[in-house]
This record gives sequence, structure tokens and C-alpha cells, in this order.
Amino acid sequence: MQYSALKILWEGLTGNTGWKPVWREPEPKSEYDVIVIGGGGHGLATAYYLAKEFGVSNVAVLEKGWIGSGNVGRNTTIIRSNYMLPGNEPFYELSLKLWEGLEQDFNYNAMVSQRGILNLFHSDPQRDAFARRGNAMRLAGADAVLLDQDELRKMCPFLDFDNARFPIKGGLAQPRGGTVRHDAVAWGYARGADQRGVDIIQNCEVNGFQIENGVCKGVETTRGPIRAKKVAVCVAGSSSRVMAHAGMRLPIESHVLQAFVSEGLKPVLPGVITFGAGHFYVSQSDKGGLVFGGDIDGYNTYAQRGNLPVVEDVCEGGMAIMPMIGRARLLRMWGGVMDMSMDGSPFIDRTSIDGLYFNGGWCYGGFKATPASGFCYAHLLARDEPASVATEYRLDRFLRGAMIDEKGVGAQPNLH
Amino acid sequence: MIINHPLLGPRDAAEFTCLGDAGLIDRPDWQTEDAQQQFHDYLYLRDNPAGTHRELWFHEQGDRSWLVITRNTLTHQIDKVELARDVAKAAGRDR
Repeated sequence: MQYSALKILWEGLTGNTGWKPVWREPEPKSEYDVIVIGGGGHGLATAYYLAKEFGVSNVAVLEKGWIGSGNVGRNTTIIRSNYMLPGNEPFYELSLKLWEGLEQDFNYNAMVSQRGILNLFHSDPQRDAFARRGNAMRLAGADAVLLDQDELRKMCPFLDFDNARFPIKGGLAQPRGGTVRHDAVAWGYARGADQRGVDIIQNCEVNGFQIENGVCKGVETTRGPIRAKKVAVCVAGSSSRVMAHAGMRLPIESHVLQAFVSEGLKPVLPGVITFGAGHFYVSQSDKGGLVFGGDIDGYNTYAQRGNLPVVEDVCEGGMAIMPMIGRARLLRMWGGVMDMSMDGSPFIDRTSIDGLYFNGGWCYGGFKATPASGFCYAHLLARDEPASVATEYRLDRFLRGAMIDEKGVGAQPNLH
Repeated sequence: MIINHPLLGPRDAAEFTCLGDAGLIDRPDWQTEDAQQQFHDYLYLRDNPAGTHRELWFHEQGDRSWLVITRNTLTHQIDKVELARDVAKAAGRDR
């Protein structure tokens, strides 16, 4: 079924009786060409692009719970491509371009809103660093605008420009950045994949791999064994647990990132704003709530909740740049478990086991990467070679000394 | 989380920073044939279990001691706190 304004009008006049379930609930077949483990944003996008762009539609997506129940439902919905390093920036710029055409592409309203992202700077050296990053972005075809304090005062008069400790001197803006309705991303990709013949199998947990003579031939699940020519793991947050079934140790630790939303307010923020001297970022949802977050808690955890010291730290960051946030009441807070990799960058690669592929290590930047991650993973699965923008996301890059460390803090996952 | 420090008693976890897996105590021998591979595994690969995990914590805003904490990564419950020095000595190290 194709969605359109005309369709809504017609259904409104005929009692809304013509709507159908958005995807099927098939029983698993005994064999597929490709099994994607993980029905989150990245897994569903992988299946969608496999079917749509690469002609591989004999695909199953296996999901432990219900689709979209992991990090695609727990993030702060921000999209941007303001990276610096050559291994990263072209990939994230591809992702942003895919976001721009996504709703037309999969015929689903994902509420992509390019309201802009603004990174504040607080000192002259930081201005230089941001100018350099902006130049790197523009070289990769992204947009970046360096704003001085006067321009910022017009755009965001509520900021604490004359803060005694961290005065706001300006910002690096990416006007094409913004926010997206996160759940709709999972649903849109699921619908698009299902329409092209992909089986989406929920409540089906993978608890083992069928590895014969060093080749992966399928998976063991709670709904029985399923054979496959290729098995694609895509379970960021639980990567170490799933890959342990194949006997692999990963350059990844699992950490929790907390996020917060305030009560609904009238429109006060023009877009996404981030603090340059601490770790705090905030945007306003279409319902009016201020959606914000900060640092990860900093210790290994699989609990989808954090601790209070980080809550205090995040709120201090908010008060430092926009004191008006202190008047808003907190409505909800939650935590998501993420793969923190050793250099802060992800992996899309083959593994040492033939037929077993790995996508993970997204740290807390996985949501914005969803379309490009799916596209590049599908490219790797269909053609057995990485897409041109994802050639650096290899599992062996630490052995080769080819880390992609945007922050330059080394193999210390809780500092990325 | 409250960390029951062996010398100082119960302390708020906010006083500490976490380094990660306690396996980082056992540095490989740099003179072995496959030292490069061993150091790669030591530096970059991690056991990352859902459940009991032994990890190194540093009492940065306290007595600056290193601790080995046995903690459940699913519940955040802390089962055991030892001085890292004692753990290293028990494993045969001189300090």
C-alpha cells in the first residue's frame, strides 16, 4: 500500500477501514540467502537496502524482542555529519544525504527536520579547532558555517554569553543537521523491506552460530535452527554477547548513555545546541519537550539505566549554557546500552569466520548513521567488498595502527 | 553506586574513575615472539560480559588507590572490593 495525502483523505471519508498491518509476521523459513541478526534501525536498513539496491530479497531479520526496541528507540534523534577525519566524514555525509531523501525513498513519514545543529565554542583555540573541523567538513561536501558571537546573539538570545567560566564566543553550525522521528525510521525501513519480500521475525533470539570448518552456515535461535549463506550481526549494544557465541572477543565495551526529556514547552530552541566546554546537547521535540543528554556513565554495564552523578553533571552543563533550562521540569529519563569501541569509531567488516559479518561499535553516534550503515553493510554483504565510504571501518585497524580516533584519547572507551 | 573501599569504608562511586577490565593488570611479556599480537589483544580486545565483571577503578578524588571491583554489569551490584596491589601480589607480582 502506497501512503499519500489522497489516501488519508479517502480513508477518512470511508471510516478508516482500509488500513493494513505495516509488515507481515511470517514463520521463519529453513534457509535464507542472508540473515540479519538485530531488528533495530541498522539491521532493518540493511535488509531494506539489500532488497532495494542490491537485489537480494531472500533475507530474514531476526529480532530478540520487537523491532525497534533497542537503541533506535532510546536515542536523542539527532542527525549531523560534523566529523573531521577522512575515514569518518564522507560516510556520515552520505548518511545525511540519505536522510534528506529518505521519506520519499521509503514512502513513510519519518519527520526528518533539518533545523540545524550548533556546536558552541568558548575560547580562541577552540574556535581554531572548530574552523579546522568546518573546513574538513566542507572538503567532504558537507555544509559548515562559523558564527561569531553577534550572529549567535540574534539566533539564540537565551544563551549565557557572558558566563564567567565558559563565555560563549561563537559556534560552528551545520544547517543541514537536525532531528528525525526515531521510531518511524525503524517502522519505515521495516515496511519497505517487508514490501520487497524480507521476512521480519520478531521474538526470535539468536543463541548460537552453526560454524562448520571455519564457515558460518546458519544460526541457532529460540525458534529453531535457520540456515543461511551469509549471517550479518547488527546488534550494537550487545555485540560482545552475540559474537561470544562465535568465540570472538571484540575491541568493544558496553556502556550506558542517559537521556532526558522535559515537560512540553512553547518553541524555545531553533535547533540542536551543544556545549563546547563540557558534554551537553539539547534539542526540542515537536511535542515541545527539551530532549537532552551528556556523557556516558563510564563503567561497563548492560543495565538500561544509569546513576545519579551523571544526571547532576548533565544538568550542570545545561545550566552553564542556557540557565533558563533550570525552570523546566524533568519529565522522563532513560538509558541505552551502547558499544563503545577503542577509538570511538564503528566497524562494518567481514570477520575471520567466512560467511559471518559484523556491524557494531557505534558508540553514541549510531542513530545518525542508520541509513549509511544499512547501505554500506548491504553493499558489503551483496558484493563482498566495502562501500567506498566505509573502507576504514575494519576490525583489524588497531593491529595496523589505522585507528579513527576523532577525540585522540586512545584505547579508553569511556573517554570517547 | 557505593563502593566499599577496603581502607576507607563506603564511598560514593562519583569519587572514582573506571579503567575497565581487571585483565589490564596482566601486561604481556614484550620479549616473546608474538609480542605484537599479544599487546594488540591486551590493549584493544576486551571481555565484555553481561554479568559478573572484574574491573579496575581508581580513587581519583580520594586516596588515589587502585581497586579491583567485582561487579554485576546487569544489576550494578558490587560483590567484592580489593586493593589492586593485593591482587597483583597474589598473582606473583612484586608490587
